[in-house]
Amino acid sequence: MTLSVNLQAVAYLVSAVLFILALKGLTHPASARRGNLYGMLGMLIAVVATLMGDQVQSYGFIIVGMTLGAIIGVIVALRIQMTAMPQLVAALHSFVGMAAVMVAIGTFLTKRGAGELNALLMGEISAGVVIGAITFTGSVIAFGKLQGLLSGNPVKFKGQHLLNALLGIATLVLAVHFAMTGSLISLTLMTLLAFTLGVTLIIPIGGADMPVIISMLNSYSGWAAAATGFTLHNNLLIIVGALVGCSGAILSYIMCKAMNRSILNVVFGGFGSDSSGADSAGAVAAEKGVKSAAVEDAVYWMEDANRVIIIPGYGMAVAQAQHALKELMELLEARGVEVKFGIHPVAGRMPGHMNVLLAEADIPYDRVLEMDEINPDFPSTDVVLVVGANDVVNPAAKEDKTSPIYGMPILEAGRARQVYFLKRSMRPGYSGVDNLLFYQENTSLVFGDAKDTIEGMNTALKGGGH
Amino acid sequence: MPEALDPSLVALYVFVLACFIGYWVVWGVTPSLHTPLVALTNAISGIVLVGALLVAGDPDAGLFTQIIGFFAVLLASINVFGGFLVTHRMLSMFKKRK
Repeated sequence: MTLSVNLQAVAYLVSAVLFILALKGLTHPASARRGNLYGMLGMLIAVVATLMGDQVQSYGFIIVGMTLGAIIGVIVALRIQMTAMPQLVAALHSFVGMAAVMVAIGTFLTKRGAGELNALLMGEISAGVVIGAITFTGSVIAFGKLQGLLSGNPVKFKGQHLLNALLGIATLVLAVHFAMTGSLISLTLMTLLAFTLGVTLIIPIGGADMPVIISMLNSYSGWAAAATGFTLHNNLLIIVGALVGCSGAILSYIMCKAMNRSILNVVFGGFGSDSSGADSAGAVAAEKGVKSAAVEDAVYWMEDANRVIIIPGYGMAVAQAQHALKELMELLEARGVEVKFGIHPVAGRMPGHMNVLLAEADIPYDRVLEMDEINPDFPSTDVVLVVGANDVVNPAAKEDKTSPIYGMPILEAGRARQVYFLKRSMRPGYSGVDNLLFYQENTSLVFGDAKDTIEGMNTALKGGGH
Repeated sequence: MPEALDPSLVALYVFVLACFIGYWVVWGVTPSLHTPLVALTNAISGIVLVGALLVAGDPDAGLFTQIIGFFAVLLASINVFGGFLVTHRMLSMFKKRK
């Protein structure tokens, strides 16, 4: 049985609505799982409707491709560690990009064989190829940086912006030439240049700007799908591409705003390589020295506290300390201490990274608060425990106009009675800026691996007590 | 007979309106679910699978084109299956206080 084009279009419409409902489900954790099911159903309907249409005539390649893809996808999804989510997402983005390139080129070859090429169609094919190719190599580079295969430092060289501009212009010229003539050489060159552009655009961006990069590539993968939709005159692909493209763009905006930087500054700025000026307030404060504290000191203050706020950062993910934190939360709660978690939007390597890790450790989501929700609580908090975070609590962002991070919204940890930093060393955060909070009267640093330190606290809480 | 609307223009209508829907829906997503949002949008952008099926399933296009289509089907399927499943795994972890 084959589905008529009109019936197929109706099925695609149902599927598009289901995808919108899927995103809508993420408004709240309680409705999110149902949202994901809507998404799966939408995809199932779209695939079945496509397979039943009369354009698909042979199934051999499709069955093998989908079966292999399903096996690989399921194995990876079941095995991946939650701390490795940013890498997985980068890898999956690259697949969308590459698939878009191949669909565009495949469509070109099909239409050329059928003699149905025209300038508009080839223009749309160019868009699919270029956006897809940039998404592919850009995501591969992001994956390499996240996985530690490539240095996370920004790679910068003289004439970088000029090179990118020239590559961009050359790609555009080739796209126009291809659209006018259908030249296979132009198509090939354009594809290769777009692949190169993906590398040169992402390589100068530092590892700690990853939340923005992941969001940006998320957005690109959506626009690549939309471009494929234009090529195929398929409204479902256009709708889904637009939804995903917007989602990534909004996330990029939120991440940039949380760092008080513009997207252009992230893309071209190359943050994290400049060291702070010698006359900054940080350097002056450094002469005052810092206090270091033992695990027992922190425990002493925490067990008698009314309220403790824990601020996790990327260091918590590196140390895999989330499970130990869960136990700490339970031990403190057993003593009547109120424990909350405060999350900065750019903590970690992707948007919402910390929330997932805390959820993985079974920490209820209603204990985990966003920056704006928790900031008013700090003045009435007895102890703040900063676990592997740094720049996001640095008061220099509010007080020191010469600081590179000035203007960035922060978690106002310094307003609590006591602040304990769990740190490996005195190394500054990724911005390279010294943290003024270290030198505040009420701050102490507990040196060591975050996981070991928290486990030490747990042992003390279990064994001790008055 | 009146002049027919160019299908590409219809596509543009759909695209622009879908951008507005995306804009409003995504602003409603709670920040604590931003990682699942990225994973879910990733899974649904696996919709390029539909395009891949058309390329891989067209025997008139020749073997070379079908092989390109095959790899596109493979990559997009990894995205679809892996993306939805990992989103499900993550969302199952978000629990309220017992």
